[in-house]
Amino acid sequence: MEFDFGAVLVDWRLLAKGIVWTIGLTAIATVIGMALGVACAWARASGPTWLRWVVGSYVELIRNTPFIVQLFFIFFGLPAAGVMLTPETASIIAMVANLGAYATEIIRAGIEATPKGQIEAAVSLALNRMQVFLRVVLPPAMKKVWPAMVSQIIIVMLGSAVCSQISVEELSYAANLIQSRNFRAFEAFIIATLLYLALSVGLRRLLNWAGPKYFFGR
Amino acid sequence: MNDFSLWDILRNLLLALRWTVVLSLIAFIGGGVVGGLLLFLRLRAGKWLDRAIGTYVQLFQGTPLLMQLFLAYFGIALMGVEVSAWTAATVALTLYTSAYLTEIWRGCVASISKGQWEASNSLALSFGEQLRHVILPQAVKIATAPTVGFLVQVVKGTALASVIGFVELTKAGSMISNATFRPFVVFSCVALLYFALCFPISLYAKHLERKINVNRR
Repeated sequence: MEFDFGAVLVDWRLLAKGIVWTIGLTAIATVIGMALGVACAWARASGPTWLRWVVGSYVELIRNTPFIVQLFFIFFGLPAAGVMLTPETASIIAMVANLGAYATEIIRAGIEATPKGQIEAAVSLALNRMQVFLRVVLPPAMKKVWPAMVSQIIIVMLGSAVCSQISVEELSYAANLIQSRNFRAFEAFIIATLLYLALSVGLRRLLNWAGPKYFFGR
Repeated sequence: MNDFSLWDILRNLLLALRWTVVLSLIAFIGGGVVGGLLLFLRLRAGKWLDRAIGTYVQLFQGTPLLMQLFLAYFGIALMGVEVSAWTAATVALTLYTSAYLTEIWRGCVASISKGQWEASNSLALSFGEQLRHVILPQAVKIATAPTVGFLVQVVKGTALASVIGFVELTKAGSMISNATFRPFVVFSCVALLYFALCFPISLYAKHLERKINVNRR
């Protein structure tokens, strides 16, 4: 067997475009998904009973079904119910919903580990409920669960490869397009896989650095 | 064109669910065997082998399962062997599972205190005896919950085998959706069937976890 990686690499523009899409989708999903996770974690820890139940069902429903099925449901299923979405929007919604559910559980674990004395101390300083949550409970909780959060964000980034199945032009779509032109399937997918590996290593470094710096102090 | 009732859809999906279950079991058991072997090698062998297996784990955890499936599909074909979707999916999912399980189990073994190794060593137990009588009985207790939890990931992972043409639940859903033009109903049913399969496993994993935490307290 002979390999011809050059045949794939001449199409580097397609690969580069794919990487940009993968990073873009992941960035948007991370920001919105984490915000959703924080909100849901709050709702699950101290919201009214009905809200807890709604959030709990959402989390379990997402965590116990495959991402590709969620994506197909949103992209193929929802138009039948009158909601038309572009492939990109559908992907972002699916990724946000997915990360949001896992983030809820991760952040909740951190929140539950907060010592009661800290909350009582904060309340005795006349902070209101919102302030207590955002300034006293959340930062140390995020710090505690950050490694798990980073792993989950990477899993979502890797999961975005599936979005090629609804023709979002991200990295694995690019690899598929290239191999359909030159029939160098193995080479194309090896290169795409290595690029994903580099992305996940880079993303882990970036988040490990950015987390303490911007989200929860040293 | 004949009409499909909800029962027709559900019945065909249930037939396809079999293959999701079979593929999950093969990947889980195969992955468990390979993962156990890797764990043994990692505990036994020197630094370079430990590092090599560490790299193996990183490779599978740092790349998309979809790419692994494609690589298995086209990679085995390069070796001149006729590949079916069955072979490719089984190989890829088994290796994927083995990487995760070996890492989970390594963590469990590492959490057994060093004194246990030293004490059993001082009793002149061989490496195999140490594992069998001292380390593994303790490690297995800790490992059960995350291992069962990972089974959910395997079941969900099999959905990606649909992309290389393996007809399991997701692929059957796509095909039925194309035939009936009722994607909303079909994919709702597909999602619910996955949920019915995975949720009990998740609950069981959570139950096991709680049980261990109570024992430790």
